[in-house]
Order: sequence, then structure tokens, then C-alpha cells
Amino acid sequence: MSRPTSTVEGAAGLVDEVEQPTATLWSDVWRKLKKDNQFRVAVVMIAIFMGMAVAPQLFFTKSLDPAQCHLEDTLQGPSRAHWFGTDLLGCDYYTRVVYGTRTSMEVGLIVASLTMVIALTLGGAAGYFGGATDQVISRFADIFFCVPTLLGSILLLSLFNTGGVAIVALVLVFFGWPDMTRLVRSTVISGKRRGYVRSAETIGASGGRVLRRHVLPNGIAPVLVFTAYIVGGAVAGEASLTFLGVGLRLPAISWGLQIQIAQTRFTAAPYLLFFPSLFLCLFIGAFVLLGESIRDALDVKMVDG
Amino acid sequence: MAEPVLEVDDLHVEFRTEEGTVNAVDGVGYKIAKGEVLAILGESGSGKTVHARAIMRILDSPPAHITAGQAKLHEVDVLALDEADMREVRGAKIAMLFQDPHSALDPVFTIGDQLHELLQARRGFSKREAKTMSIELLSRVGIASPEERLKAHPHELSGGIAQRVMVAMAIALEPEVLLADEPTSSLDVTVQAQVLDLLGSVVEETDMAMVLITHNLAVAVGLADRIAVMYAGRMAELGPAKDVYASPKHPYTAGLLRAIPDIDVREERLPGIKGAPPNMLRLPSGCAFHPRCPLADERCAQERPPFEEVVPGRWTACWHWDEVTR
Amino acid sequence: MSELLIDVANVVKHFPLNDKIFGSSGVIHAVDDVSVQVHAGEVLGVVGESGCGKSTLANLIMMLEEPTSGTISFRGKDVATFSKSERLAYRRQVQMVFQDTLGSLDPRMTIADVLTEPYTVHRDFLPKKEWPDKVRQLLALVGLDPNHANRYPHQFSGGQRQRICIARALALDPIVLVCDEPVSALDVSVQAQIINLLKDLQERLGLAYVFVAHDLSVVRQIADRVAVMYLGQVVETGDEARVLLQPSHPYTQALVSALPEADETGRVTGSRIILAGDLPNPAEPPSGCRFRTRCWMAQQKCADEEPALIERGTGRPTKCHFVTPTVDAPAAV
Repeated sequence: MSRPTSTVEGAAGLVDEVEQPTATLWSDVWRKLKKDNQFRVAVVMIAIFMGMAVAPQLFFTKSLDPAQCHLEDTLQGPSRAHWFGTDLLGCDYYTRVVYGTRTSMEVGLIVASLTMVIALTLGGAAGYFGGATDQVISRFADIFFCVPTLLGSILLLSLFNTGGVAIVALVLVFFGWPDMTRLVRSTVISGKRRGYVRSAETIGASGGRVLRRHVLPNGIAPVLVFTAYIVGGAVAGEASLTFLGVGLRLPAISWGLQIQIAQTRFTAAPYLLFFPSLFLCLFIGAFVLLGESIRDALDVKMVDG
Repeated sequence: MAEPVLEVDDLHVEFRTEEGTVNAVDGVGYKIAKGEVLAILGESGSGKTVHARAIMRILDSPPAHITAGQAKLHEVDVLALDEADMREVRGAKIAMLFQDPHSALDPVFTIGDQLHELLQARRGFSKREAKTMSIELLSRVGIASPEERLKAHPHELSGGIAQRVMVAMAIALEPEVLLADEPTSSLDVTVQAQVLDLLGSVVEETDMAMVLITHNLAVAVGLADRIAVMYAGRMAELGPAKDVYASPKHPYTAGLLRAIPDIDVREERLPGIKGAPPNMLRLPSGCAFHPRCPLADERCAQERPPFEEVVPGRWTACWHWDEVTR
Repeated sequence: MSELLIDVANVVKHFPLNDKIFGSSGVIHAVDDVSVQVHAGEVLGVVGESGCGKSTLANLIMMLEEPTSGTISFRGKDVATFSKSERLAYRRQVQMVFQDTLGSLDPRMTIADVLTEPYTVHRDFLPKKEWPDKVRQLLALVGLDPNHANRYPHQFSGGQRQRICIARALALDPIVLVCDEPVSALDVSVQAQIINLLKDLQERLGLAYVFVAHDLSVVRQIADRVAVMYLGQVVETGDEARVLLQPSHPYTQALVSALPEADETGRVTGSRIILAGDLPNPAEPPSGCRFRTRCWMAQQKCADEEPALIERGTGRPTKCHFVTPTVDAPAAV
């Protein structure tokens, strides 16, 4: 006989053993997430905020309209016509708060994506190639760790003194990149010892290829969680810097600005402070929840493959 | 047999996971007498380790649940004891030896500290008595320069020495039953021989009953009085070691015997057991072994054979036990 | 004798020991002056226990590590002098199968991805449109259902995964396969299947193997020649039946006798040689003969003079001053 029975027999018993539907580790994670209430709440909230950022008009009505600014309506409390009341100029406050979402979303996403790109590149290289590369990158990151973030941000922003989403986002990335980079680096260091990395090396795959195709994708889990937190953190950061006067300036619409303006009028019109603060907290909270739920879902599956 | 020291009866352990419930131990029972060595032979998924941990009550629950059965130490069912009473039993009445000695020893403390703590806390020895006893124990397990070794930390010891230390700790409280879970599997072959010899002599000296869990048939035959074979959480066969080895009464045992490579014979084709170890989440109907069995027929696929005594002293769970050849 | 493919000549590999806690520094003598040859179509078994250096040797042959000294030559050329393309060619022709089946497969990749990854590195080996067919071919070759190509590693059993790993190793039509403990992590019932598969493939495809294992019975089934290693050195080498059935070196004798042996009636046969002591610290190997600290025949000469690995009347090179032609093997041939 051309092929000995044992190998064919080997096949025979095997067919029935592998009957589960095609399942990746990610689809298992997704299944878990779908059932998680934390995740559902987070997704709903983020979807609403996305809507507010992209198409705020959807949330307006006839009476709730940013163009509805009548000076004689100044500083009125919440009412049926104006859900969140009116601001100093008599404009509807609700719509202004809703508009603020766009700014926060922009800042959050820009900071998160830039940080992630930098962290994956630098952290990946430092972790995988080690040696001099690692030394240079790590020491460089260490320098940043030594500078107090808040102080440094204030200084830099005062220096540039232009305001605007771009510069604020850049400053936040400037001080935020070492954290995630360290995370990526340690994930890569433990990941490169995996068996499949050695296998890839034996077929001749180059270092860069192994890093891109095997190490990073398998280590992406904690990075994703961290990214969710970064969005929340960036928004909080922007609000704080704006509140301190070095972030965004008028006529930008930002919750931080609204809070800053509201603080002096707190006794007379407390709602001016309340609503933007509420939105800010909910926004940050939604991303924190997202991060938590992803982490819980990944916990069992991904921890050690 | 004379009054058994340990009697396990119809033990059932379930693992409840997201993907379903696994009957990791599905009706396991046996008796073991003083001074006897019973080997439990099985591969992955057989349930041999889970059943031992169930007896010691060290399973994580959830996801494991002991759903039925008894494990009687003399007349006391240890599965029914509360945790405080069980703590008294562990180590002093029933001890367990694990596969990887380094994971069972605390890396922060010296061997001496760990032995002393055991003796002082559980047998009320004074510090000096504990020290003397520790040295004696280490000598008994064949460790040279015991006084020196007491000062060593676990990571400084080789696998063989560490396992000997584990044996010393296991017998320190003079238990009646020792559950040895693959005690030599992680050791080099030349060291395995030493440790197995040690276990054999310990049993002889102390009249302890030992349940030796292993996947290595030759190890089992060398040391055991009786062998039990487990498959997919169920008992497949049980009988005197030499008899089971010479004329197995279950096709799985026969298959294992044939599949083991023998250094003296270079086979053109090693006879194996076709198929793969069972998927515990989706066990075959009837007899769990039937998809891989050369003797299987319709009945085997439909009806699960009972585990019963077919010949005095020989138990098996197979409809075709009398057709089994080596 | 067929073509000499890989010539390992006096290879040494030392790993630096950085023990910051205890302040010592030195080297671990993982491989010390080892010479072996791999011929076309032949299976070289490398046996030994932990710390003997067999896995390090496998890694050196695979160019996953560089020797501290000595040369490894492939078809006459020193691999250290390889150009980038020669190195890539080497990787195509010399492949590896590992012990850990789950760890060596990327959990995110389907089997089809795993099997075709070599083609993404060696671009001109196979045009992309032929990949699906090749995947089916490879799976059938190792006894797996070709329809399972789109499944993930964790959906297979250990034995099936090892078949996948073997299939991947064959993807580039290699001429040498280095197997590092390929069946040690598998259940006995499955080991036999994989050993049979490896034998079939070796015969059918004319492959050379470097088969590293600690289980002598397994090695007996597949090897043509065997090299026995202890503490970084080869202590005996020769034809497999001779070495395993009539070992000349005391360590080999101890290894063979340690195998639990029972005859058909279940009676334990053969005398067991129980070695004294423990494996010495690989950072401080004993002077002279490294095995002397555990050898029952050791004498002063053993401490003073390191025995050479030469033929001493038993028909094969043995690294011992007092070699006897045969010893009672544990069981008759």
C-alpha cells in the first residue's frame, strides 16, 4: 500500500474532534463582551456622544437651537424651552454643551491615536530589538517621566500661546507617550519569547516582520484597554488645561471653557457649572467603562495564550 | 482484602465552564489497604489527577464541583468533612506528592524552615526536636549532608533532590495514605529510578498506602501491587499489576501496552491507538473508548458498559473484555 | 555513505552567567567541543537528559544561536560566512519541529496562514494562486483533513497540532529536519502515531533528521546513528542498535538500564544501575571526565585526564578511559 495505515487512521478519528464553529480568540472575546452590561452601557453612551460630535444638529429642536441667542434671555435657569437654561449671551445652553462634545471627541481621538502609533513603534522596537535601541528609547522616555506633567503642559502651552485643539492635543501626547510605550515594550519583551516567534525565525522571517505579524498583534490586548483610558484621560487633561487658561480659548466651545466661565457665577447660576461638568464626567466615564469591560473580557482568554 | 485504609466510592467531579459541563471524574471507586501500592494509569483527560485533588479537597470550586461519592478514610468520609477538620486530615492522614517539586516549595524560605514549620505546627515539636527530626527525615530519603541541605533554598536544589525533600515533607507527619501525582514525570530518567526506589522503600518501611498516579505503564508495573486504568474520567480496568500487564482485559490497556516503544525492538510501524484523546466536552455515547477501539460494535456505541468484576480480582468496563489480547 | 550535509566541528557554546545576587560570574558550558555529522537521508539521534546540551546543539544547527567557537558547515561551507541569500536558502533547506505544539503556533493564525507563512518569506518559492492546493496537499501528507485549513490551533488536539507543525516544516521542501523532543509532550497513544508519521515522511521524502530526545526507546524506533550527550559533551556515538543495546560508555549504560523494563508476565527484568549523586553545576563541570562524579568506575585518572572521544575496541567512539566491550544490556536483543 502506498500510504501506511497509521497516518490515514490518524486522520480518521480526527475529523469529528474538531467540530466547533470556527472560533478565533477574538470572537470568543466578542461573545463575552456582548453579554457584559458594562460594555453595553459604555457603547450606548459612546454612540450618543459620537452622534453629538459628528451631527449635533440631530439633537436640536426648534427652541433648542444654537442660533437662538437673545440677550434679553440672559442667564435663565433650565426650563421647558431651554433644557439647560441660557448662558450669558442669552444663547441656549443645552446646544452649547452638546457642541462641546465635538471638541472633546477630537482631542480624545487625536491623542489616543497618536500615542498609540508612537508607543507601538518605539515600544515595539525597544522591546524586540533590545540592546542599544532599547537603551536609547528607554532613557529618552525616562527623561519625560521626570518632568511633572501638569507643570510642563502649562509651561509649554503658555509658551506657544496660540490655543487650539491641535496644540493642546500635541502637548498631551508629548507628555503621555512614555506611559503606553513602556507598556508596549514590556508586552513585546514577554511576547518575543513565545514559541511561534522562534518558529517564524526558523523560516527566515526578519525581525521587523516577526514584530509586525506575530508579537504586536498578540500583545495588543492591554494596549487596547490602555487606549480607552487614554481617551478619557486626554479629555480630562484638556478640560483641566483649558480651565487653567492655557488650553482652548474662546470662541472655541469646550466643556473646560464652560466650566471656567461658570465658576465665577456659581452662586447665581449653578446650572452653568453643573451641565458641562456632568457631560465631562459621563464622557470620561463611558471610556473608562469601555476599557474595563474589554479588560475583563480579555482577562481569561488572552493572558497567556 | 483486609480492612481498607482508603475506600473511594462512586466519585463524581464536574467542571462547569462556559463551554459546558465536563464530567472530569465519572464514577471512580477503589479500595486500598495498608502497605499497598495502587497505580492509577491514564493519559490527559483521564481524570486521574482531578480525582486525587478531589480527595484532598484542593480543587478550585468553582469551576470544579464534587457532585457525588465518598472517600472514606477508615470510616470517615473526608469529602463530607468541614474545612477545619479537613485541614487536620491533610498532611497528617492523607498526604500528597506533586509532579513539580519546585512549585510546591516556597522559594522564599529554606528547606529547613519549611520542614520545621511543618513539624512544629502539626506535631507540636519544639525547635530542637524539629531540627533533629528534619535531619533524620532528610537522611531517610537519601539526601547526603542533610545538615547543610537544611540551609538551602529550593531553587538551589536539583529536581531529584527537591523531589526527595518533598517526599520527606510528605512522610514527616506519618500519614496513612500518600497520593503521589506523577512524582517522577518531570525528572530525568536516571533520577526517576532513584526516586521510585525511594518511594518503594518508604512504603515498605512505614506500611503506608500509596496511590501512584502516572501515565507511564512501566513505572506502574515496577512499583505497584495493583493497577487501575482510567479513561475519560471513568474506570476502565483494575487488577493485580502483573496480571493487568500480562493479560489486559480492556482494549485501551492493551492498546497502551502495544503503543509503548520498546528499546529492544525497532518496529517498522509502532502499533498505536487510532484517533485522538477524547474531547471531554463532547464524549462519545456509550463506551467513551469506542471510536478508537478495534473491538467496538453497535452495542458499545449505545450502551456504556458497567465497571464490574469479571474474574475474581479483575474488574473491567468492557463488553468484549474476554476478546482482549495484548 | 551518503552526502555529508551538516558538519558540526568542535563546536563550543558558552552562555554568560550573570548572577547578580550571589556575585558570581562565569559561563555555563552548554556545549563543549561537540562534533557530529548529518548525512543525507539519515536520522541522527541525539540523546541525553536535562542540561546535556542537546537542545542548544539543535539551536546551533538551526542558526538560532551562534557558536562561541568551532564551525558548522552546510555542504562544505561554513554557515558563519553565509551571505544573506545563502542564509535564507539555508533556512529553506533546514527546518525545525518543536516540542511545544501549542506555543509554536500563533493563536491568531488559521492553519492555512500557518502553512503559507513560509511562502511569504520565500517569495519565489510558490506563486500565490497555488497556495490553497499546496495547503491541502500538506495537510493530507500529514494525515489531517484538508477541510480544516481555516481553523485555529486551539481547536486541535496536541497530536494534530504536531502534525500541523510537521506540515509547516515540510512546506519549503527541506532536506533536513531538526526535531527537538517532538513527541515528549504527547500522550503515549498519540506518540506512536507521530513517530510513525515521522518515519514515513523520512523514508518517502528522503529527509535527514536530527532527532533530539531524552527517551531512548523512542529514539530506537527512528534513528540510524545515535550520539549520547552528557553535560555538554558527546560521550558515545555510533550505530543506533549498538549504542542503545550494547552501550559502551557507563553513562549510556546507566541511561539504558534506567528504563523501567518488564517482560510479558510483568516481572521486572534487568539490573538497574542507580547513579550516585546529581548532575554537576554546568557552570563548574568536573575536571577531567565530567561523568566521574557519578560513575561507579571512577578513578584518579578520570579526574586528572579528560578522556578523548575515540574508538576503544567497541567499534565506536567512546569518551571513557575504561571502556568495556559490552555490558549486560537490560534485556536480550
